[in-house]
Parts: sequence; C-alpha cells; structure tokens
Amino acid sequence: MKKELNIRVKELTRVEGHGNIVIDVKKGVVKEVKLEIVESPRFFEVMLRGRRYDEAQHIMARICGICATSHSSASLKAIEMAMGIRITPQTKLLRRLAFCGENLQSHLLHLFFLVLPDIFGVDSIVPLMQSHPDLIKTALELKRVSNEICTVIGGRAVHPISLAPGGMLHIPAQDELKRLKSEITGTFDKLQGMLEFFKEVPIPDFKKPRELIALKKRGEYSIYDGIATSSNKYSIKTEEYTKKIKEYVVPYSTAKQAVSPKGTFMVGAMARVNNNFRSLSPRAQKAAKEAGLKPPLENPFLNNIAQLIECFHLSEEALGLIDTALKTELKKEPLRKPKSWGRGVGIVEAPRGTLFHDYTIDKRGIITDANCVIPTATNLHSIEEDLKAFVLTLLDRPKAEIQNRVETLVRAYDPCISCSTHIMDVTFI
Amino acid sequence: MPYSKRYKVAFFSMTSCEGCQLLVLSCENELPDILTHVNIVYFREAMSEKSTDYDIAFIEGSATTAKEVRKLRKIRKQAKIVITLGACSSTGGLNRLKNRFKIDDLKESVYGKEALGSQAFDTKRVRAVDEIIEVDHHLHGCPISKEEFLKSFNDLLLGLKPHAPNYPVCTDCKIAGNVCVFKKGETCLGPVTRAGCSAVCVTYGSICWGCRGFVDAPNIAAHTETLQRHGMKKEEALSFLSLYSTGLTGKKEKKIVR
Repeated sequence: MKKELNIRVKELTRVEGHGNIVIDVKKGVVKEVKLEIVESPRFFEVMLRGRRYDEAQHIMARICGICATSHSSASLKAIEMAMGIRITPQTKLLRRLAFCGENLQSHLLHLFFLVLPDIFGVDSIVPLMQSHPDLIKTALELKRVSNEICTVIGGRAVHPISLAPGGMLHIPAQDELKRLKSEITGTFDKLQGMLEFFKEVPIPDFKKPRELIALKKRGEYSIYDGIATSSNKYSIKTEEYTKKIKEYVVPYSTAKQAVSPKGTFMVGAMARVNNNFRSLSPRAQKAAKEAGLKPPLENPFLNNIAQLIECFHLSEEALGLIDTALKTELKKEPLRKPKSWGRGVGIVEAPRGTLFHDYTIDKRGIITDANCVIPTATNLHSIEEDLKAFVLTLLDRPKAEIQNRVETLVRAYDPCISCSTHIMDVTFI
Repeated sequence: MPYSKRYKVAFFSMTSCEGCQLLVLSCENELPDILTHVNIVYFREAMSEKSTDYDIAFIEGSATTAKEVRKLRKIRKQAKIVITLGACSSTGGLNRLKNRFKIDDLKESVYGKEALGSQAFDTKRVRAVDEIIEVDHHLHGCPISKEEFLKSFNDLLLGLKPHAPNYPVCTDCKIAGNVCVFKKGETCLGPVTRAGCSAVCVTYGSICWGCRGFVDAPNIAAHTETLQRHGMKKEEALSFLSLYSTGLTGKKEKKIVR
C-alpha cells in the first residue's frame, strides 16, 4: 500500500464554478485534504446594500445561473416576510411550479452533463453523442422540457422575469399549461429509462454515518415550505438559523464553511430523500424501491440517484400543480403592496439543499443588511470530511485512478461554486 | 477564415454566475447541429478536456482578480476572435455594484478582519473584458439571448461579422406588441438600453432593467428627467440607471462589429 500521496486537482471540471482539490498523505496518514474554492468573491450581500426592495429578487437571482429561481424564491420570501406581504394561493402555485422546473433542470444538468461522462470514462457529453446517441437524445429532451416549465412561468430558462415581490407579473395561458402538461407526462418513460440505466451503475462502497438536514413540513415533500430539520431529530427555527448553523472562514477558500451543533452535516437531494422519504410521490417511491434506495442514506455517491428519484417527484408535483391551475383558471392579480418593514428570512430547498436569505429593510424600502446561507458552502465541510475518509480506502490504487475517484466524489455533491462564494455575514454600518 | 475549416471554440468563465454558459448548454435542439460544425475544445463547466489551441473564445464574466486579467491577455494572444458572453463580460454587469465600496471594507465586512491579509480574498475593481483586451463582438444581456447567440454563431461560421443592434429596447418592445411600461404607470430603462432581447422582460410583465447596457451615445440627462417626471426622485433615478452601471462598453471595440 502506498504511504505517500500528493494530489492537486487544479480547476476541477464539470462542476459549476472554480475549485481545486488538494490531498496530502504522508506515511499513510492524511495530512491535509482541502477543497479550495478559488472563485472570485462577488460580495452579493454588499451589492444589495442601499438597493430598493423590489430590485433584490432581480439582483440575487444572478448569484447563480443554475439555481436562479431558488435564489429568487428565497429572496422574495425574505422580502415578503420583512414587509408583511401575503401572497395569494395563485402566486404560490405558479412560483412552486417554476421551482419544480428549476430543480428538475438543475438535477438533469448535473446527471447528464456532469456525471454521465464520469460513468463512461469520457471527458464530456460530446463523445457520447456519437457513441450513445439515444441516451443523449433522451437526456436532452428531458432537459428541454424542464427548461420549458421555467420558460412558461418565468419567461426564460435562466434568471426568471415574472417573479416579483407581492405576486406574479405574468400569468401563463391555459393552452401553454396544457402543452406543458402533455410534455411532462411524456417524460416519465424517459425518466424510467434513465433510472434503469443509473441504477445499474456501480458506486463505491463508501458508507459513513452522517447528519442530514432538509426542510420538513407535515403532509408534503417539502421543497418550498417548511422548517429545517435534522436527521438527528431536532429542528432549526427559521429566524434563528444562525444560532444552529455556524459559518466560519477558512483561509484557502472564498466560500465559508458551516457546522451544525452536531458537527458535520450534509444538505441536498440525498438529505431530502432521506428525511422526507415517506412523502415522496408514488412514482418517486416506486423509483426509489427499484433503485434499492431507503433510509438511512450514508453513502454520498447516492446523491446522484437521489436526484433522479426527485426528478420523478418534481415532475409529478408539477403535473399536480398544472392540474390545479387548469381547474381554477388563472387570472391576472395586482401585486400585493408592502405593509411594514424590518427583518425577514426566506428559506427554500434549492437543488443543492437548504437555502436561506435574510434581509433587513428600512422604512423607505431600502435594504440595509443581508445574509445568505448557501447549500454548497454548507456542504464543503462534509465534502472534506468524506474526502479524508474516502482517500484512505484508495491508497493502493494508481494515482490517476485516485484522482478520478476523488473528483467523482466531489461531483456527486453537485457543488455549485459560483453560489458558494457569496456566503457571507455582512453587517452594514 | 474559410468556411471549410472547422473552428476550434473555447468557452471561458471569469467572475459570473455561469448562467450564460448554461444558456449555451440549454440549446438542446441546436447543440447537436452546432457540434457537427465546430470543435468545442474548452468548456470547463461541461467538459474535462483542457485545450490551449482555439480560434474563437467566448468569455463569460467580469475581471475581478489579477489572475483573471492575466488569463484574459493569454486568451487574446491565442484567439483569432474574442466574443464576450453576457453582461458581466460585456459591460461589467451587476458585478459592478461592488465598485461602490472600498475593497478592504468589503473584505472585512464579509469575511472578517483576518481576511485582510489573505490572498484568497484578493479582488480588484470589477472591469468589463474590453477594458483589458480588445473584443471583436459583444453578446449583451443578463443572461444573453439564445437567439442572438445562435445568430452570431451562425454568422461566424459563414464568415460574416456578427452584428450588435444599436437602437433602444423600445424598438424591440413595439415589435413585440407590448403596452409601454410608462403607460402602465411604471418606470423603465428601455429608451436608453441596447436592443436585441426582443424586450422579453416587458413581454413577461416586468420592466427593462438595462441589462444589455446603453446604446451608443444615450441621452442619460433626458432619461433622468423622464424618470423624474414619472415620479422618481433624482437620486432614485440615478440609482436605477446605475443598476447595471452601463454606458461603459465599446472602449476598445473594433469598428468592424458595428
């Protein structure tokens, strides 16, 4: 067995954003494992300083191209809570629908563009278009439909337009919704095909008990509402999240890391599937059964299949929402106006896990203080802990293989690095 | 370059949300066709291959670190054609909002006092790509317009110069058949913003936020007055106009792209 190992993966590819992996093993002991986040900090919370409340959603969506709707949603929830705005059931329905579309799009992008090449041992999806044209055609079609959901509700696939404080600026036409319904219905066969493919893909036998945190709400598979709840049976009051989730700066990374009262914890699809397993939709339950997935989930590589299982759930939820929308006949509603000012915390399950936006707004409607807790940063500590344990199981392998395996582990978390560099507590003077 | 040659295309990303790259990846119907005409040799978000031999470089994101500035100069040396992808690279985009503050104040308020000595947090004033290197064509917008991207790509393959519109979003908005935002009692940056987006934001019920940057020689004074006439205080109007801190493109832009 090898005793010395020194790996430095510069500019990890097929992840969103810029990061390096550094591993140093001496005499069989892990000296150092780091996930360096080298993405330049963008200081989004500072950018918000002095801006009007109704610009916040527009600005904060731009934290991330992949999960813009999640940031928009968390941002709007924070503003609406701070300003005493109560949205209508129709607004909530449409936002949830856009949210389903985005989570689907994000999961599918990760599974097909970023993970699939690992499975086939190729550099990207491009060679697979030649070698596995049917698989890629299916993948692209699934992704197209998920983008369509975002486009019909939000106006485009990246950075939604129609979401605004107090309501929705655009109401989709009935025939658009009907078209979406038939397109989504047509995707289940394709998802099933993907499941049959992914469930046969062997994953490393790497189990490590872990704390998983996800939103929870009675009677639903919580993605848009609920209270952050741990697999260790405690919950985190939304307004007091900073008391439980402690963020800290590490000198080699522009993203902060975070710990819970119990130490390392993980958020994301695997945490949601684990914590809310029984609330998954029927098709998702069936898919989980077929994939042999059941709690407790302890292997981070299962995050990929958990994402696929969520795709079944999200598609089914989207169909349910469209049915309700078609029954109630949507109509244009005026935006609800702000009633008060103060602090508000918005919380949602972004594709990569629990996302917090926390704003303080003054009586002129100007934002004076902002903080965001972003799932990828929350996961960084967990990734490093997993890397430390995982690399020890690999020491007898050739270096190239180890490098490939550790990259695959980081990718399984689906880190979104552009997002994570904006984790910051900002206190404005 | 003659059409018969297969272009080698690279996508680079600086400080950004990578949403414009994502929009490229969301050309699900067109991607297979595109790939029959060009070789994509660098696209970190989607592929592991890392090539330094390319003809066309698409650059997303603004320059905010010394490393990014060096990388941009290297790209310019290698690439025959440099195209900016989206607001962050074309004008600096929303990232520029950061420039309102002193860098040390930002670092300290965000990461704490200990961050002041750390290189990891080193960041400069946000700059657009054409403030550092020459840019052959700008694809504006936050995010870019898929149609404009595909059209420009097509033009390049045909050996044509891509064309950036130099008329305001109002023109697009009229073509789209929208009711004027000002008529609805709201305010908008459409009259001074470069078109090319089909006024999609107004079509979907919102306003023009100015993400594509100003048209050449915009009458900012007149528009500030217009905004004031529609109920904004002067500071509010200026703050609104500064959201994308636009008007800064074209510094080193080649004449040919107009």
